[in-house]
Amino acid sequence: MNKNGLKWLWDNLKLPLIAIVLGFVIGAFFIIIAGSNPIVAYTALFKGSVGGLTKIGETLYKTTPLIFTGLSVAFAFRTGLFNIGAEGQYIVGSITAIAIGWYFQNLPGTILLPLILFFGALAGGIWASIAGFLKARFGVHEVITTIMLNYTALIGTNYIIRTVLNPQVLEGTTKMAFSVSIPEKARLSKLSEFIPQFGYSSAHTGIFIGIACALAIYYLLFKTTLGYEIRSVGFNPEAAEYGGISKKKNIVLAMFISGILAGLAGAVQVAGLIYKVNMSAAMSGYGFDGIAVALVGGNHPIGVLASALLFGVLSNGSRKMQLAGIPKEVIGIIQGVIIIFIAGKLVVQLIAKRKKTAVHKEAE
Amino acid sequence: MDNGTTVVVIAIVASAIRLATPLIFASLGGVFSERSGVVNIALEGIMIMGAFFAVLFTHLTGNPWIGVLAAIIIGILTSLLLAVVSIHLRGNQVVAGVAINLLAVSLTAFLLEMVWNRSGSTPSVEKALTDNPFEFLEGIPVLGDLFSRFTPFVYFAFLMVGISYYVLFKTSFGLRIRAVGEHPRAADTVGINVYMTRYICVMISGALAGIAGASLSIGTISLFREGMTAGKGFIALAAMIFGKWHPVGALFACLFFGLADAIQIQAQSFGIPIAQEFLQMLPYVATILALAGVVGRSVAPKADGQPYEKDMG
Repeated sequence: MNKNGLKWLWDNLKLPLIAIVLGFVIGAFFIIIAGSNPIVAYTALFKGSVGGLTKIGETLYKTTPLIFTGLSVAFAFRTGLFNIGAEGQYIVGSITAIAIGWYFQNLPGTILLPLILFFGALAGGIWASIAGFLKARFGVHEVITTIMLNYTALIGTNYIIRTVLNPQVLEGTTKMAFSVSIPEKARLSKLSEFIPQFGYSSAHTGIFIGIACALAIYYLLFKTTLGYEIRSVGFNPEAAEYGGISKKKNIVLAMFISGILAGLAGAVQVAGLIYKVNMSAAMSGYGFDGIAVALVGGNHPIGVLASALLFGVLSNGSRKMQLAGIPKEVIGIIQGVIIIFIAGKLVVQLIAKRKKTAVHKEAE
Repeated sequence: MDNGTTVVVIAIVASAIRLATPLIFASLGGVFSERSGVVNIALEGIMIMGAFFAVLFTHLTGNPWIGVLAAIIIGILTSLLLAVVSIHLRGNQVVAGVAINLLAVSLTAFLLEMVWNRSGSTPSVEKALTDNPFEFLEGIPVLGDLFSRFTPFVYFAFLMVGISYYVLFKTSFGLRIRAVGEHPRAADTVGINVYMTRYICVMISGALAGIAGASLSIGTISLFREGMTAGKGFIALAAMIFGKWHPVGALFACLFFGLADAIQIQAQSFGIPIAQEFLQMLPYVATILALAGVVGRSVAPKADGQPYEKDMG
């Protein structure tokens, strides 16, 4: 890589890197308050999440949904939209996966599995399009509508699980607080089936779908006309409109694609890991974590892959830290601090600038 | 109305008003913040902080009023984080709000473990604010039963609606707030300090959301439980929109959402045949419809969500 390439890389990496370092530093204070040694804690964190193939496997299955929701949020950001609704699109995607899995259970697995993923993704896309449409048609802020749609999806799904897709209704068991499961033939393979060293970990082939999506989104954003239009609208909507690019069309389209990714997160989670959906009073958190993943990844598909892995490590390692006697909430604090530093990017930029001038002075 | 029906109606109305109380405080907080141009997604997180610190300080001092004061102070401090990022650093207000919500959940759970050495929920505090402060009202026929179920927070919430209306629409400070939220550049030109006005509004918003949290913990079940806000901060945000960014509108929206919640909770015990989920969904669906203009169009202040950069020229 030439010198310019390195400079470009550093310019894009310094904000998230400094934010991550600050997050861990502030996390260390809380670990000390909790009466533990930060070095011991962080060693437990990283040993527990990347020390050995089984542990890496556990980290990978935690990473998988975050790749999709991170891509979802990042893609919307590129059009200047804030998709805070990945949470709800994830839920809609997962319950649609269950419905398809049940009603088409007679199809062979090689057809049923793609069908589950396709309709899960489509459902997420349609759900997100509601917010896109309201924004394009009435100028309603998508943050508000997607928050409302999140809770509508959560409660609506609880209703469906309670009354329609319940094992009691469909299989004649007693009443359950979860849905029926998708048939075994329609599930994604575990990585341990190919590489036994992954052991008991639940890592599944969904991660490859995630990586493929990241590459596809990269291609779509940077190598196609549609991607160019979407980025133009995000960069300067007035100028884009002046240049003949329809703002409204691109808003709806970007929300649709963003929703497809979040819906796919739900469908892949069902097909690869959980197989059924629980009734729940609270959100899964994957959508909100997706916001953090997108921000740390600089809203770039490849950056999202890296940052999803980081958050996978944090999420898997938090349990290991807890076993070492450190409250797992420290991880949440670290994540929050990272996001807030990225939100107030000026602080980080100031630090970077000061460093730069110091380096320049030294050079002189 | 026979006696049985009266009892049911009173029970539902009392429950509706009690459930609406935290929402009223938080949505008034939202009104102040957004009228000045700062989107406050952090209401949920600030409520969590308020709920926890109210219990903590009631536990430490034995005086629930000090708990309320602590909730107000922690609310203001938490909102300052939002203020600094979104006003001074001109960062993304929604991202800052998301971060605060995440931090509040983790921080309170962390402190819960540090202080009480347990997780999930705190023990009950001995003295809380769950009783009717005006006993003489209980003597009124029929309605006395209603008043007996009100907490000090209920009266305070209604009082705050009046005060907020007065401040926003009858004082020059309120005029400045609205000017800053609609057209900060013009406000700046006529000598209004945009940054200062926004800071004050976000802090008022934090104080109100802090009280909202306190009314939920020491005003309802005398303890703090993880996840007890359960999206109420977002329902308050919905109520603010449904009430068209107006204190009285927000009040009615909160009472409406509170009523839906109360019917949902009581529906089964009274055998009302309606799926609980439809009533739970009501606030969210109603707000989406309101925004789409189906039930009277809601329009945000013009400069809502936009950072303001003072011209240095």
